[in-house]
This record gives sequence, C-alpha cells and structure tokens, in this order.
Amino acid sequence: MVSLIQHLAILPILLPLAVGAFMLLFDERRRLFKMVLSLATLAALLAIALTLVVLVDMPTGDRWSTIIVYPLGNWPPPFGIVLVVDRLAALMLLITTLLASATLLFAMARWHKAGPRFYTLFLLLLTGLNGAFLTGDLFNLFVFFEILLAASYGLVLHGSGTARVRAGLHYIPINLVASSFFLIGVSLIYGVTGTLNMADLSRMMPTLEPQSRMLFEAGAAVLGIAFLVKAGMWPLSFWLPTTYAAACAPIAAMFAIMTKVGVYVILRLFLLCFGDEAGASADFGALWLYYGGLATIVFGVIGVLASQSMQRLGGYAVLVSSGTLLAAIGTGNSAVISGALYYLVTSTFAIGAYFLLVELIERGQAAGADVLAVTLEIFGDPEEDIEDEDEEVGVAIPATIAILGGAFVACTALLAGLPPLSGFIAKFAMLSALMNEAGDIPISHWVFVFVLMASGLATLIAMSRNGIRTLWVPTETEIPRVRAIEAIPVGALLFLCAAMTVMGGPAMRYMEATAQILYWPSEYSRDVLGTASAGTISGAPIAPVPASSQGGAP
Amino acid sequence: MMEMILSIGIGVFAASGVWLLLRPRTYQVIIGLSLISYAVNLFIFSMGRVRIDVPPVLKSGAPGDPATLADPMPQALVLTAIVIGFAMTALFLVVLLAARGRTGTDHVDGREPD
Repeated sequence: MVSLIQHLAILPILLPLAVGAFMLLFDERRRLFKMVLSLATLAALLAIALTLVVLVDMPTGDRWSTIIVYPLGNWPPPFGIVLVVDRLAALMLLITTLLASATLLFAMARWHKAGPRFYTLFLLLLTGLNGAFLTGDLFNLFVFFEILLAASYGLVLHGSGTARVRAGLHYIPINLVASSFFLIGVSLIYGVTGTLNMADLSRMMPTLEPQSRMLFEAGAAVLGIAFLVKAGMWPLSFWLPTTYAAACAPIAAMFAIMTKVGVYVILRLFLLCFGDEAGASADFGALWLYYGGLATIVFGVIGVLASQSMQRLGGYAVLVSSGTLLAAIGTGNSAVISGALYYLVTSTFAIGAYFLLVELIERGQAAGADVLAVTLEIFGDPEEDIEDEDEEVGVAIPATIAILGGAFVACTALLAGLPPLSGFIAKFAMLSALMNEAGDIPISHWVFVFVLMASGLATLIAMSRNGIRTLWVPTETEIPRVRAIEAIPVGALLFLCAAMTVMGGPAMRYMEATAQILYWPSEYSRDVLGTASAGTISGAPIAPVPASSQGGAP
Repeated sequence: MMEMILSIGIGVFAASGVWLLLRPRTYQVIIGLSLISYAVNLFIFSMGRVRIDVPPVLKSGAPGDPATLADPMPQALVLTAIVIGFAMTALFLVVLLAARGRTGTDHVDGREPD
C-alpha cells in the first residue's frame, strides 16, 4: 500500500502524457470523446494533487512534514533521476490543476473548435508543468521546460490569425534562446560539480573551492537568465504582454501559471544553492532579484496605466505580479516568502479569471473595435457563425452584465490588493513581515513598500477606467451571450480566492510551513539522497559501480 | 591545441549565431538559432572534459577507475539537447512559413519598417 502511494508522484506526469498521446489517434470529429477524456484526466489529476498535498502535510518521524522521493527505475540518487514532492511542489501542482480545470471548462464552450489538437496540446502543457514542479534534477527540468514550451508554442497559435502568428514569431525565438542559456548554465554547473541533482548540488555548496565556486556562480547566473525570461523580469519581459494579449482567452488564462514556473524554479534553486548554509555563496544574486523585481513592478505599472486594450492590461498585470514575487524572494526573509507564496496562489487565480472575464465582456462590444480584430477573424467566418448560433441559443444568463461587472470588480480588488479579498491579505502579509524584521528597516525595504502600494493604486485606477469604459459607457452594444459553462470557471476561480480569504488562517499556516521548509535545504538533501549520501561522490562524475549492474545502462 | 580549436569553434559559432539572431529577416534568425544551438551542444560536450582515446563506459570485469574513462553524462545530455533543439527549430520553421504567408513579408515584426 505504501508503495502504491509512492507511485502517485509520477502520475501527474504520466497521466496527461499518456492521455494526450492517445487522443492523437482520433481525428477532430470525435470532439465530445476528447472532451470527456480530458475532463476525466483533469478530475484524476485533481484527486492526485489533493492526495499529494495531504500526504506531504502528514508528519513523519520527528518532523511535521513529509518529502516524497521517487527514484525512477530505483537507481539510487544522485546517479539515477528523482522526482521530489515537497510542500511547495504539491502546492504548485494543485494550483496548476485547479487553473487548468477552470480554463479547460471555459474552452469547451467554443474555443476548442478554433484549431486542431487543442486537447492534446493542453494535456502536454500540463505534463510539462507538472514535470517541472516535480523533478529533482536540473536536466530533467530542462526537458520538462521544453515540453511545456513546445505545447505552449502550439497553444499561442491556437485559433491562428495574423496577430497570433506575429506574436509567436517573437515568443518562440526568445524562448529558444532562453533554452540555450539554460543548457549553458546546466552544463557549466555539471562541469564544476559533476552532478545535476538539485539536492546533491545544495549539499556540495558549502565545500566548493573558490575557483570552482566562481564558475558555479557564473553557471547559476546564466541559468537564472533562462528562468527570468520565463518569469518576465524586466528587461527580459518585452515579449510577454504582446504574446498574452494575442493568445486566445483560455490559453492566456492558462499562461498565468507559466510565469509562475519561472518564479518557482528561481525560488527553489535560489534557496537550495544560495541559502544561509551555502557558505561563501550565501545570498548570491539576491540583490539582482530584489532590484530586478522592483524594476519589473515599475515597468508593469507603467504598462498597466498605458494599456488601451484589456488583454494587454492583463499582460502587464502578470508582470506586476511576477515582479512582486521576485522582489519578495530577493528579500530572503522566510516570513516575506510565505506571504509571497500566498500572493502567488491568489494572483494566479485572479489573473486567470481576469483573462477569461475580459473575453466574455468584450464579446458584446461593437464590431470594429480594433481589440476584437483577432477574435473576429475567427468567428467572422460565416459558416462558423451559423454553427455557433445553433448552440448558443441555450442558456443566456439573466442580468449578464451585472454578473460580469461584479466579477470584474472582484478581479480589480484582487489584482489591486484591496480588502476584503485575498489580494489584500497577500500584500499585507508580505509588508507586515518586512516591517517586523529585527533591527532598523533599510531604505531599500521602504522602496519595496512604496512600489507595492503604488502598484496597487495604479492597477485600481487603470482597471476602474477600463471597467467604466467597457461596462458602463457603451449604450449601443448588445448584451454578450454568455453560456453557463463559461461563467462557471470565472466564478470558480474567484470563489477560490474568496475561500482563501475566509480560510486565511489555515492557508497562511500552510504557506508559512512551506516557506520554513524551503529554508532547510540540508533536510531536503538528506531526504532526497537518503542515508548513503555522506561523501559518496567528490568531484568525480563517475563512481565505481559493480560490474554486474552494468546491463541496465544505455 | 585541441582545446584551443574547440573553444575557437564554439566562439565562432556563438558569435555568428548572435549576429544573425539580431538581423531583421526570419531566415537569418532561424540560421542564427541553429548556429547557437551548435555552439551550445559543443559547449555541453566540452564540459565533460576533452579526452582522446578513452572509452565512455566501463568495461565489464574491469575495475571502475574514473581517471581512465571519458564522462558519459555530457554525451548523453548533448544527445538529448540535439534532439530537442532540432525539433524546436523545425517547429519554428513552420511558424516562420506561416508568418511569411500571412503577413506577406519575412520581416520579424511581420511588417516592413517604414
């Protein structure tokens, strides 16, 4: 039984991969079949993610938390590759699955028809995301990043249209170059340490020699660039708003988690390799993250204020949230990071809900609005129109505009960080932790406080201006026809944020425990490497292996 | 000598790749990306230390002494990186053609500069 539960760790990767590949065997006319299959997969993933969250929360032995280690093929780490489920990974898994369920449900109303192989690409994206969260090994991280990027290239272009192709022309090369940086960083680190296992790297950090340490730091910095491109740190983020604005609504909503993958990896590697136990390298790059994060917030805020279209505003809101997270990681304070984790969950759901909502609101706008050009290109096709009308006569929610407006207000409160919703709690948690630090508060922290406050105010101004312009001012627009299946995901995401507000205490406690565990990299290494870790390898990449076990090596 | 040639090769590939990447035509960009990926692949390979005439895997029955063996890890990594890089280049080529067809120009911004 114990071993069965242990195999849960690999299911979030295998399940969507297998189902996604299986669906390639059927052509596009079997849409209902694919729909049901994808929903079932997501339901299973949700159950697995919940189980994993519960499992890692259970105390083992003398500690109040568990780390599930899954060595693939039972090769002992660091020689084999491992999957590691700790609290942070389980949390990210759960957020991803929840967001994916909402966006998939939304896409089932109409967007899944806009192009071929939607469900397969979507499930492959999930494979990549889950893999990136679960892996305990740098090279596998690269492989899963490539899987999720390959799927995302397809999804950005989903629905086709000139605007999307044009955005893809920027999005794809930038990520290909970032992947090259990733490889250079990984191989430099391997050349210095002879290992790619994150836990092993963390264990070796304090004992590195000075000249190796310099190379290691160079490798980590190059690696960091790859993740910061994903996370959208200024000045590596100019591709982001255009791409997010061009992608179709459910995909843009799903991409809300993509920047968080970059943030997640930075958080994990930064604390594993450059935490307090890292000897001379402790806090390497913290200042870069901190000021880079602040610059990203400022850039995002300017973009939010300057945005004409609501999708672009969403893109810049993504930048504001990743900037906030990066700056919070840069402070290196575990209480601030627990607030930041709470903020990560809230902002992911809020931005997801926002992108879905914007599509619903703008559906009613007069034709010819240039923002709609992309959407019109797809739905302006006469044949498509007839088909759509037949299906969409269904349930038109009464007082649609009131509901959409209410949801928009909730999104505004979440993104701007106003009470009573969880955006406020998140910002409050980060700021109060920053203010409660022992000793004098340095000026740089006041800058963070100020920038965070100003970003909230600017988001509020920009969003209320946009809300008034689209929801109140137009008189000639027709009421958008919204089907229940499209309203439910938006409502569900906002409900999750509301639930996080009501359950603020338990949620914050979970985040605090998660942040504290991140600050004990030695525990993580001990768990991952097992008891045999002490000094089995020292610089030499290959350890003597008994000749009899050679058969399995490729 | 061998190290010198290898590092100059990587440098030339990377430099040409970066220059091409910054050019305005999509075809130049994709060639630039390919050159950069060659540079990166060679770089990964060289991180296993450049050695001549040494087997990458243990011989059965022989004692395992790392000093007499080439490191097989970077060779495995570079294989994966080549495959992935190749697939991504092919994928980008499709987008490139789509953009050419849709916008009627091969400029990376999808429109000719004024």
